Amino acid sequence: MDLNFTPEEQEFRVAVRSFIDSNLPLDIASKVRNGSCLGKDDFVRWQKILHRQGWGATMWPKQFGGAGWSAVQLYIFDEECSAAGAPMQLPFGPKMVAPVIMAYGNRSQQERFLPRIVSGEDWWCQGYSEPEAGSDLASLRTKAERQGDYYIVNGQKAWTTYGHYADWIFCLVRTSNEGRQQAGISFLLIDMKTPGITVRPVIMIDGGHEINEVWFDNVKVPVENLVGEENKGWTYAKFLLGHERTDIARVGRSKAALKRLKQLAHREFANGRPLIEDQRFRDRIAQVELELMALEITNMRVLLADGKKHAPGPEASILKIKGSEIEQMLTELMMLGLGHYSLPRSFEALDAGARRQSADADYAAPLSGNYFNCRKVSIYGGSNEIQRNIIAQMILGL
Amino acid sequence: MNFDYSEEQLALQDTLRRFIDKEYRFDQRRTLAQSEDGFSREVWAQLAELGLLALPFPEEYGGLGGNAVDTMLVMEVLGRGLVLEPYLGTVVLAGSLIRDAGTLSQKDMLLPAIAGGELLMTLAHYEPGTRYEMNHIATTAKSTGNSYLINGAKSVVLGGNDADKIVVSARTGGGRRDNDGISLFVVGRTAPGLIIRGYPTQDGSRAAETQFDNVEVGDDALLGTKDGALPIIERAIDYAIVALCAEAVGIMTALNEATLDYLKTRKQFGQPIGRFQALQHRMVDMVIATEQARSMATLSAVRVDSIDAAERRRVVSAAKAYVGQSARSVGQAAVQLHGGMGVVDELNVSHYFKRLTMINATFGDTDHHLGIFSDLLLAD
Ligand SMILES: Cc1cc2nc3c(=O)[nH]c(=O)nc-3n(C[C@H](O)[C@H](O)[C@H](O)COP(=O)(O)OP(=O)(O)OC[C@H]3O[C@@H](n4cnc5c(N)ncnc54)[C@H](O)[C@@H]3O)c2cc1C
Repeated sequence: MDLNFTPEEQEFRVAVRSFIDSNLPLDIASKVRNGSCLGKDDFVRWQKILHRQGWGATMWPKQFGGAGWSAVQLYIFDEECSAAGAPMQLPFGPKMVAPVIMAYGNRSQQERFLPRIVSGEDWWCQGYSEPEAGSDLASLRTKAERQGDYYIVNGQKAWTTYGHYADWIFCLVRTSNEGRQQAGISFLLIDMKTPGITVRPVIMIDGGHEINEVWFDNVKVPVENLVGEENKGWTYAKFLLGHERTDIARVGRSKAALKRLKQLAHREFANGRPLIEDQRFRDRIAQVELELMALEITNMRVLLADGKKHAPGPEASILKIKGSEIEQMLTELMMLGLGHYSLPRSFEALDAGARRQSADADYAAPLSGNYFNCRKVSIYGGSNEIQRNIIAQMILGL
Repeated sequence: MNFDYSEEQLALQDTLRRFIDKEYRFDQRRTLAQSEDGFSREVWAQLAELGLLALPFPEEYGGLGGNAVDTMLVMEVLGRGLVLEPYLGTVVLAGSLIRDAGTLSQKDMLLPAIAGGELLMTLAHYEPGTRYEMNHIATTAKSTGNSYLINGAKSVVLGGNDADKIVVSARTGGGRRDNDGISLFVVGRTAPGLIIRGYPTQDGSRAAETQFDNVEVGDDALLGTKDGALPIIERAIDYAIVALCAEAVGIMTALNEATLDYLKTRKQFGQPIGRFQALQHRMVDMVIATEQARSMATLSAVRVDSIDAAERRRVVSAAKAYVGQSARSVGQAAVQLHGGMGVVDELNVSHYFKRLTMINATFGDTDHHLGIFSDLLLAD
């Protein structure tokens, strides 16, 4: 057993850090550290920079244009990106649809779609959930009927993250009502510019626009956009959900957030002393740090075990539950750290007096907005209740 | 011992509830939250007509002579309606300061005007960078003979953007964190040198940053004893804390109703999600937390009128800490059990959750009041 990074891994970290240092645009880094909303441009700009370096899809095998990194390298990369304030790489293209296309798509789909994902040319969104099919995804009803060389798609997807930015959507659609619900689902790639698609914004709890409803009204999709076999989509979707879940421990992000929380606790005052000297608050920080220390190791244990098998197993649910809880604790503590100065909707509203260190970009964060927004992380990607069900059934056999 | 409310109390609560159900629906409230003032002056006039703005004042000043329990009943209903009107700042905070510390002529001039809905007021006490410290006052008021010059800044003044008059605390003596040497002054919003910068808060209400640059007020603006205002301020803020606890209980009750309803109607896996035992237990915990919070809010409403300041302190801090814990867990659970619907702006659930969260941060959060309560154990 050895919990240290090897010399090669440490060298790798140095290389990653120096690349980020000299290539991450400062305006983007400052937005990330502020917790402000990133625009499409910010994500795409960073993706293109990574792509130029050959790091556009670090987790992909080399044969598809990826960097072919190991789990440990991926982890180091994520940690360095988080610490520096690089935008999180959005999972929908590189981490969700791409693995499915690699595993189940045909050659021409791989050649057509994968290069445009690494390069940042195509933005993908995920069309799984529907108003009536959330946790019970298999009950989805959006229908695709075969007519000659096309599927005609009708129905509605819900909660589509960044659907308003997307060039493409990967959808689970119903192609059959025979047999079990799971047996009539297909995996379809749909060009968002196709006539008949309407995207409607859904405003979140913090007032931001990140999710949408996507409506399909007689949308004609060429049959060549079907991935794998008709009615086998559920298998592909489950494969993909595994990928989504591994990514969700978010250890790197949380470490960066913990650091900001500590800075905040040094800067704020309680009873005339720095807040960090308040034992009650400091214990809360200590507690979340313990959780994070444990998760960091648990995460590595799962990831390294995964390297030997193939698709990530139900252990990923442990990472999802703990990762999301820690993220939520951190956003809550940052809000609590501000006391009643967290009340304004926009932090800029406070006088310079209250923002004593207004030169410090971190201090302008919409901290309670982040807390509210972050309630989503225990709901999406399979709610934490569903994750517990998975552990109960798949690991414990209950 | 009995926990019964009088006929009058129940009638008042019932009238208010019907008014809110009819005139203060969620969509109307949404429009108000986005308006310039952030609330409705017509609704304010109607609240005056219902007698709510006169509730805690003596009869000789046009009041109804109500106590903190009456205010609790009102706040519960205002909470359920997510009412944005500046009741807390005007009636509870400023109102009790004037009632308890005002001269005859101050009471004559201000209380009937508040009761009648013509005057909006608030208290500007906390300062930038001092968090929840009650005695940490750097704002100064210098006597010039027959007037005072006020200089300083006040932060997160609730309802400060619309208040016609602001009660401001300032040092007339002592050092920065001394208990003695703090005085209160009533300042009109148009006073030269007073800058008010209003803004929306996370829960859709309004607050303001205020700055006092050589604001001159006459001797008659002094409210209560010179140098000795801290106990008066503490008491007024305690009334406000008790009111907020009641508001939180009203919100938690509404959230529980909404969540229970959702558990019975939302179907996944071919059944109402309320069939899943994991959710049943969470719902049960929400109800238990709310009932425990209701007990604490009630206890604090009864004891806040107590003349024993130490006992008042102990019970009010206990209530704020405890209700805060309940509000946090009920709010988070309500959002979680609504799935995606819990984190969207469209449903009132997210708005209730935000208001609960902001209540927790107002006048000392859970840790702050748990700390006070815990320190008092040393003196037991
Ligand atoms: C911000 C955000 C972004 C999203 N982005 C996307 C996206 O890009 N693409 C996409 O396809 N989807 C997306 N989703 C949808 C997300 O995956 C669903 O919200 C999630 O699956 C939960 O479904 P639901 O909201 O319908 O809640 P429901 O399934 O109705 O759940 C309601 C409550 O019941 C609980 N519950 C349900 N079933 C059980 C059970 N069997 N046992 C115990 N408890 C149960 C849930 O945990 C939850 O607490 C997003 C959601 C959010 C909030």
